Amino acid sequence: MANRLMISTGNEEFLERISEMSGQIITLCEQCGVCSGSCPMVSEMDITPSQMMRMVQLGQSEVLRAKTIWLCASCFTCTVRCPRGLDLSKVAEALRQVILRQAVDHIDIKALPRDELVELPQIALVAGMRKFTG
Amino acid sequence: MEPDIHKFPYYPGCTLKTTARNFEVSALACAKKLGIELVELPRWNCCGTVFSLTDDDLIHHVAAVRNLIRVQEMNRDGMVEENRLVTLCSMCFNTLKRVNLLVKENPENLEKINNFMYLEDDYEGNVEVIHFLELLRELDPGAISQRVERPLTGLRVAPYYGCLMLRPREVGIDDPEEPTIQGAILAAVGAEVIYNSYMKVCCGSYQTVNDKSAVARLVYDILSHAQADGAQAIVTSCPLCAYNLDSRQKEVREIYPDFEQIPVFYFTQLMAVAFGFGADLCGFDPNQLVPEHLLK
Repeated sequence: MANRLMISTGNEEFLERISEMSGQIITLCEQCGVCSGSCPMVSEMDITPSQMMRMVQLGQSEVLRAKTIWLCASCFTCTVRCPRGLDLSKVAEALRQVILRQAVDHIDIKALPRDELVELPQIALVAGMRKFTG
Repeated sequence: MEPDIHKFPYYPGCTLKTTARNFEVSALACAKKLGIELVELPRWNCCGTVFSLTDDDLIHHVAAVRNLIRVQEMNRDGMVEENRLVTLCSMCFNTLKRVNLLVKENPENLEKINNFMYLEDDYEGNVEVIHFLELLRELDPGAISQRVERPLTGLRVAPYYGCLMLRPREVGIDDPEEPTIQGAILAAVGAEVIYNSYMKVCCGSYQTVNDKSAVARLVYDILSHAQADGAQAIVTSCPLCAYNLDSRQKEVREIYPDFEQIPVFYFTQLMAVAFGFGADLCGFDPNQLVPEHLLK
């Protein structure tokens, strides 16, 4: 994932689509970084939540290849702290949905070990399938 | 003196009937002791587990609305006279409450969902979704402590809140940064409450399906901070948090060999101990780590 910020022309459509799906005015993000500082998953991520927002603002659809969008666990910590009132968990969900709606799953349930499947509570499996499969 | 019984419609959700059976058993017994009868919804179905976060996705809200229709039916049929639907699982609570708010605020969406299930009664938007903890908070001061037979004196317990009973703000049942609702109950049953800033940090949730080690690292942060502050046990109200905090301790030890195990309970299990209930109603799992002095 490139760290350089490039303004992509002709990609306004991507920003518009993600804004519509998430219901968020993504251009309101002023890159203060409170989300990234609050995110419990940030140390596992390849780009921070604020970088994710910036890439969407700039119409950089490469954000769809970021691990970050799948690592967001919808914990809503950034949501309650964003000074601009943005819900980043909705933006991450919109990005995941762009992939999943092409009928491309992020995980293969069949590949999970049998003992895990037996042991995991249903809410883990159902939530996992809701978030990682289309 | 036994209190008068008030009946509430109750939504268990899938996990309360399986891996979190001990949560349901202990909660129903404690509720009864406090004059609350939780009447299970007839024909309840999965709530959807997670609230769909994209604005163009209505179909995933149907499951939750269907359960709200069951609450209307229970009132119509005289099973309860109460529009507040009680939940125990934090994930079910969050999903049902968010869907309920969404359809109440968007009559157009509600109409589409009602039309989709046109042979069901229309959902009229008059149900309120609450968490069992909110009911306990409403009780008269002293209602819980008066019924304690075996106070948990000397047991240091850290309440763990996780995400979905606190966030987002419009559905949270307490301050999202400084929650006290579980701590107040622990104090009422005589335990020493250990507050720490990790009590509201996400346990990794459903990432446990796909990325055990990321979850184990989060669980380590949460548990080791509680231990450093002196906690001997953790309580929670979410079956997924309970699973991650408890079962993933095995993975935590693989990454951090010095980590010492700590027991994880549902808050209702410790209430049940304090109320003097037998082991069956406390719902201790045979494999669950239980501090010695709790069993005395």
